[in-house]
Amino acid sequence: MGLDEFVGKIKEEFSEDYNVGDLDPDTHIKDMEWWSSMHMLVVIALVDAEYDVMLSPEEVREATSIKSLFEIIKTKK
Amino acid sequence: MAQLNVDNWKISGIASAVPSTVVENSEYKHLNSLEKKLLIKTTGIERKHIADKTTTTSDLCEVAANRLLDKLDWDKSEIDVLVFVSQSPDYYLPATAIILQNKLGLKSSCMAFDVGLGCSGYIYGLSIVASLVNSGNLRKALLLVGDVSSSTVSEKDKSTYPLFGDAGTATAIEWSEGCGGSFNLKSDGAGFETIIIRDGGIRNKVTPSSFDVKEISAGINRCDLDLELDGLEVFNFSVTKVPKLIEETLEETKSTSEDYDYFVMHQANLLMNETIRRKLKFSKEQTPYSLKDYGNTSSASIPLTICAQLNKEMEQKENKVLMCGFGVGLSWATLSIKCSPMVCLPIITV
Repeated sequence: MGLDEFVGKIKEEFSEDYNVGDLDPDTHIKDMEWWSSMHMLVVIALVDAEYDVMLSPEEVREATSIKSLFEIIKTKK
Repeated sequence: MAQLNVDNWKISGIASAVPSTVVENSEYKHLNSLEKKLLIKTTGIERKHIADKTTTTSDLCEVAANRLLDKLDWDKSEIDVLVFVSQSPDYYLPATAIILQNKLGLKSSCMAFDVGLGCSGYIYGLSIVASLVNSGNLRKALLLVGDVSSSTVSEKDKSTYPLFGDAGTATAIEWSEGCGGSFNLKSDGAGFETIIIRDGGIRNKVTPSSFDVKEISAGINRCDLDLELDGLEVFNFSVTKVPKLIEETLEETKSTSEDYDYFVMHQANLLMNETIRRKLKFSKEQTPYSLKDYGNTSSASIPLTICAQLNKEMEQKENKVLMCGFGVGLSWATLSIKCSPMVCLPIITV
């Protein structure tokens, strides 16, 4: 499991409807114009399905970038 | 542990009624087209049935109960118990069950009372009625369960308004030697603010400020008399606690997911329910949904899903069913039951 793979999975999840070309590990999640709590739910479900890790609401709210989310997943794995 | 095996009762019939007015989420004006697409994809809710301002939960339950009793050909004078489970009663007081006892023409020696629960309410209601029937002299009972949640959500709150539909259901239960079911019931009041209407009770009485509409965030505008739902907390609660409870239930009943014909969950939202289903290894064929056409119908969602998706199967053969309700409270519960063939009416539109 690598960071690039994780970014790739997020891109794949949202690429149909959103411009995800610029998404990288340092992308600030909350700065993305289209980001909402529903996108967060989708990411939580994706992380659970792909990595068998359940992110808590606090962890998701506090994560600033995709990289910081990935760091949380690694510590819980 | 609130785990109880209740013998000598069976479900004889189920009916569900919904209002005729349909609201399409694709036409919800407080979301843009991409938000609507994501909403429908993640929740699975394309439309829901909404009551007009004069229709209450008890009105819908009354229709369902009368149709069910007609079909069962039950004599109303034989009904000893009426329990109404809802979070949208007719009045603050008296109990809606007592009003329904009179409207349905049941005898005055019929025990009637309300239970104030939401998404877990059907299972809790069944556990109470089944225990009463098993206790001895009470032979036939009606469990009326439903909610008119549309009256408690702000149309300008995109986090709640598109989710909830209205429905009222009736379940007929009777003494039956050798039948029964296994309940597991849980609660966690630490999460009471996860799904809440803040004002209108004794803790926070209605004041002029209760009606002040506040912008919580973009697309979320509501007052303290409107339903408030923390989606992330609900998701976290549901996908962590519910699978554990079901694993417990499977262990206690010495069964596996493959032993069940159907796994009927409270219809919260598709993303959440599918996460739970996958974790527990129930197949898609075992797991019916009513979300697409009816939305989250709160306490009514389990019987409504059975009527909408399984009515022929429930009428024609015996089925082993695992039911699970979870949500507001926080409260969650399961019932493992072998259902004899029963009367199960298709959805009634009022």
